[in-house]
Amino acid sequence: MIDLLKAILLLGGALLMLLAAVGIVRLPDLLTRMHATTKAASLGVNLTMLAVALHFSDVGVVARALAIILFVLTTAPIAAHVMGRAGYFVGTRLWSGTVKDELRPNYDPLTHELKSGQEPRQNVERPGRDEAPE
Amino acid sequence: MIGAVWNLLLGLAWVVLSGDFSGFNLLTGLVFGYLVLALIEPQVAPLSGYSVRLPRMLKFVAFFLKELIHANWRVAFDIMTPPWHMRPGVIAMPLSAYTDLEITFVANLISLTPGTLSLDLSDDRRVLYIHAMFLDDEEALRSSLKEMEHRALELFR
Repeated sequence: MIDLLKAILLLGGALLMLLAAVGIVRLPDLLTRMHATTKAASLGVNLTMLAVALHFSDVGVVARALAIILFVLTTAPIAAHVMGRAGYFVGTRLWSGTVKDELRPNYDPLTHELKSGQEPRQNVERPGRDEAPE
Repeated sequence: MIGAVWNLLLGLAWVVLSGDFSGFNLLTGLVFGYLVLALIEPQVAPLSGYSVRLPRMLKFVAFFLKELIHANWRVAFDIMTPPWHMRPGVIAMPLSAYTDLEITFVANLISLTPGTLSLDLSDDRRVLYIHAMFLDDEEALRSSLKEMEHRALELFR
């Protein structure tokens, strides 16, 4: 029973990491690639670590496995956020299928000011409205 | 926070006194510690709210895991099948979180759920810009993000 659970966790973790790798190759632009790598890969690591904890079921190993899960869960989103943000503001081109971008009109590339656009709803209806003065 | 520390101390005391240093016994000690704290809570001011907050936190973890698996499945499906079903885009989400800790927590949760990635916070800290992979139903996405934020903020307030 435990063996089956471990097998499922390990295989699931490995599959998720494979998926993340395929995602990096296949997905069209930086931001969508960040989606694939951070989430799938961190969940994959977590499942693998759970399997490790189950397999050894020793206090030291379990504690370290849980610590690894905790650290991955706290650091992965920050890394994704920083990379995605840097890539976006450097001017990486978004995929042609991108349907909308509510950030661009609110961002001033000269002063690096990012407005909140007090009524975000207005931007929803006409995303291209603020691009005219540029 | 004080409640959590006391709970841990009581659990450790249980482990030391019963002399059985296993993970399961620690869990037993934690459960008993929680029950004791829930009993004396009305009389001790610093503990107030602890007995409600812990189940809420566990419920939040369960909710988050459910979201995580569901969203992961969706991204996985799109990666594995040849045509692109995704409609990515950047949306602005008005925040109701306002302290540093709350904003960090909410932004990290959003980044952790597959399909959404928090890009940046506006300078006045009112709006979080999010890159989302599936914008087919924007209203549904917005309301689910809002629900996640609401549940997360309940843990702090």
